Amino acid sequence: MNSTPTDTDPGTGAGLGAETATAALALADDALILSHRLGEWAGHAPELEEDVALANIALDLLGQARILYTLVGDEDELAYLREERAFRNLQLVEQPNGDFAHTIARQLYFSTYQRLLYGRLATGDGPFAALAAKAVKEVDYHQDHAEQWTLRLGDGTAESHERMERACTALWRFTGEMFQPVGDGDGLDGVDRQELAESWLSSVTAVLRRATLTVPEGPRSGAWTAGAGRQGLHTESFGRMLAEMQHLHRSHPGASW
Amino acid sequence: MSGSTQWPLWEVFVRSRRGLSHTHAGSLHAPDAEMALRNARDLYTRRSEGVSIWVVPSASVTASSPDEKDSFFEPAGDKPYRHPTFYEIPEGVRHL
Repeated sequence: MNSTPTDTDPGTGAGLGAETATAALALADDALILSHRLGEWAGHAPELEEDVALANIALDLLGQARILYTLVGDEDELAYLREERAFRNLQLVEQPNGDFAHTIARQLYFSTYQRLLYGRLATGDGPFAALAAKAVKEVDYHQDHAEQWTLRLGDGTAESHERMERACTALWRFTGEMFQPVGDGDGLDGVDRQELAESWLSSVTAVLRRATLTVPEGPRSGAWTAGAGRQGLHTESFGRMLAEMQHLHRSHPGASW
Repeated sequence: MSGSTQWPLWEVFVRSRRGLSHTHAGSLHAPDAEMALRNARDLYTRRSEGVSIWVVPSASVTASSPDEKDSFFEPAGDKPYRHPTFYEIPEGVRHL
């Protein structure tokens, strides 16, 4: 998995500009990778009901990824035949599930971002408007699910409070990347990144405060933070996840149920 | 998932369309009522089965006892006069 970021870049799909295709790919990779991580909980969640809830969210995200990939090219090729460096997802979504608190913190951070972003895209008339209008209702629910759990874990027992606090702090440094430009240009219908970042911060802060959690300190972007997923640089555990995700298709090309 | 720490049980009632009444759909575990509603949404309405959900703690349901079945229900069995079958329905009323 040492290819350079450019040599497996997919061609731009049907009638999309290069910038829009880059943005579509980034959003699709976010959805696919988080979907796979959530799928890893299947059969392992703390309760059967939560197992189903996480799988539901994973399936929503998978559906979004499929629509976005179709805008760019062949979905199977994009999902199963690209190398690690060709993926454009945020480093946040590839982070391992950890304990349940880590999964919930990751979901809170990402769903809040996705809800705000899709809400803005849905009101425009760009190539993502139709998808965003449909997806924003799903994402609303994902955010609510993460928020409900954050409140219960943060304001629960001493143990759950401590674990939730640890998770929120551990993942904080991955959150600045969400508001950096996607690729060279701005393929996201001119969504104001600065304003998006401010809305995100106030929304997440409100939830953490209600959950009696400390809002993590420290920079969310800059030299000492993580985040170059959009440039194809990923964290250590991503390669292993990808190997598992792509193994079947690579071993048995064209296999179907 | 040990017995002592397991979440309480909730009964789920789903209204499938406006105008119909809520019907018992099943039961589930959840830590509180708000989460029970959300779990019910995921378990019982994911194929658009409903427009409204009620959740009730299973512990709050008082059920008739199977042991009393005979005295509870059987006396109604042989009283046909309780059914409106002795009335002549006038010609003009077609949709009673």
